[in-house]
Amino acid sequence: MQQPTEGHTVVRYDGELNGLHLLMLEMGSLVLDQVRTSLTALKNEDLVAARQVLIREHKVDDLEIKADDEIVSVIARRGPVARDLRIVMAFSKTITDLERVGDEAARIASIIEEMYETDRSHPSGQLMRDVHLMGALVTHMLEKALGIIDGLNADDAEEIAKGQVELDAEFRSSLRRLTTFVLEDARNVGHAIYITLIIKALERIGDHSRNLAEYVVYLMSGDDIRHQLRQLQPETGPDDTNDFDDRNEAF
Amino acid sequence: METIDESEVSEINDAGVTDPVKVGHTAMVDRDNRTTIGEILVDNPRMSCRDVNVYYGDNHAIHDVSLDIGRNEVIAMIGPSGCGKSTFLRCLNRMNDTIDICKVTGTITLDDEDINSKKIDVVPLRAQVSMVFQKPNPFPKSIYENVAFGPRIHGLANNKTELDEIVVTSLKKAGLWDEVKDRMDQPGTGLSGGQQQRLCIARTIAVGPEVILMDEPCSALDPIATAKIEDLIDELRQQYTICIVTHSMQQAARVSQRTAYFHLGDLIEVGDTNTIFTNPRHKLTEDYITGRFG
Repeated sequence: MQQPTEGHTVVRYDGELNGLHLLMLEMGSLVLDQVRTSLTALKNEDLVAARQVLIREHKVDDLEIKADDEIVSVIARRGPVARDLRIVMAFSKTITDLERVGDEAARIASIIEEMYETDRSHPSGQLMRDVHLMGALVTHMLEKALGIIDGLNADDAEEIAKGQVELDAEFRSSLRRLTTFVLEDARNVGHAIYITLIIKALERIGDHSRNLAEYVVYLMSGDDIRHQLRQLQPETGPDDTNDFDDRNEAF
Repeated sequence: METIDESEVSEINDAGVTDPVKVGHTAMVDRDNRTTIGEILVDNPRMSCRDVNVYYGDNHAIHDVSLDIGRNEVIAMIGPSGCGKSTFLRCLNRMNDTIDICKVTGTITLDDEDINSKKIDVVPLRAQVSMVFQKPNPFPKSIYENVAFGPRIHGLANNKTELDEIVVTSLKKAGLWDEVKDRMDQPGTGLSGGQQQRLCIARTIAVGPEVILMDEPCSALDPIATAKIEDLIDELRQQYTICIVTHSMQQAARVSQRTAYFHLGDLIEVGDTNTIFTNPRHKLTEDYITGRFG
């Protein structure tokens, strides 16, 4: 772990900022575990694991409240400026995004309960293929983002932005395939709705992962690159010009 | 490379990053790498300083400082003790002339006129570029006389009515009128510290300055009196140019539009206050304002 600060005349101040970093990493680790567990539960149709995610969600919320309290305290007592201010701002926003990632993991767990708790037929492997693919992509992006936060090294930020481009493309493709499945067999509608909600949650986790990387870039350099990494999106080709893009905007 | 007396020094490496280096009692400062970062120029400046050097005998206190001071702006000068910020401030109205061993070189202009020119009379200059000091120093006279003294000796009023008007206006501008209007004949020294400082500011305003220099004007005041002075500085900016030296980072951030950071006699960085306090470009500046000055 790279310590965000050192050398302050008031040693305790460094301790407080480094403590915040540790708290954020603890939260990141918990959230990553939540995402992994919910995806494993989905793969194994494991209701026990899904419920475990839902039970643990309050821990993520508790960490968010604790971190926010400490951030308010640092601002009130230390009046951070320059890099210290950027650390506090970046950590504050990071914590909000991590909590939302936790929410999305819990949302997936809830959907798993809905999908597999009843006696209804389970979705086919063909329907679930895109979910697992997107799950792997998102997990990798989140791991990478947390690695960037841990090492406070923004060099890999662009890689995450590229991952987000890939994820968005996969999301659009998945929606197209789901529509096809529904058109082919109307009995797929129920499963398609659940799967749409899951892939939307995964797409959101990808967005949050990209945000996390952007905050580290701001912390390290002072450059606010929000909404710039998004411009790495590939130009829309003729095949992509369909109504799904418009429908995506509605989410 | 030159030698400066300092117990702890900083050495600039090739990347422009400063590492604290202990070299006994001698500071080795590579002057070649201490070019000011940031925009020293402003449009239509009130004052312009170019290549200002100040020597106290053999001690070279300020090195080639160039800086414009804009109209109706508050510029804060910050830096550790002994960095030369007060010395530089005192150059702006030739207060250093009062120190025998002090020599100032370079050019300093006020409205394009060289203030160090032989034809400049230093007395009216110090009315144009007046100064408020760290400790309130009212004259041992009445409140009225404290403010009236300057306009009277500078011949700014033709009669008592005009003088009264200047006194009242100055006290109002200094935000003190309501508190003293019923006791104008009482001694200025009987006011509280904050009121005394505002009286000194009223005394400064009374001589019609263009630039007001403030050398740590709130360091002897409590937080409420400090807040009143800071509020006043913001008001005064509408009419005057203000240069303030302060040790309080937060005060510099609160009151100024531009900030200049001095270190060991060099102007290290100057820029928009928001930028200096959120994303300073020089490590020395960042280390100082975040409290990591080593």
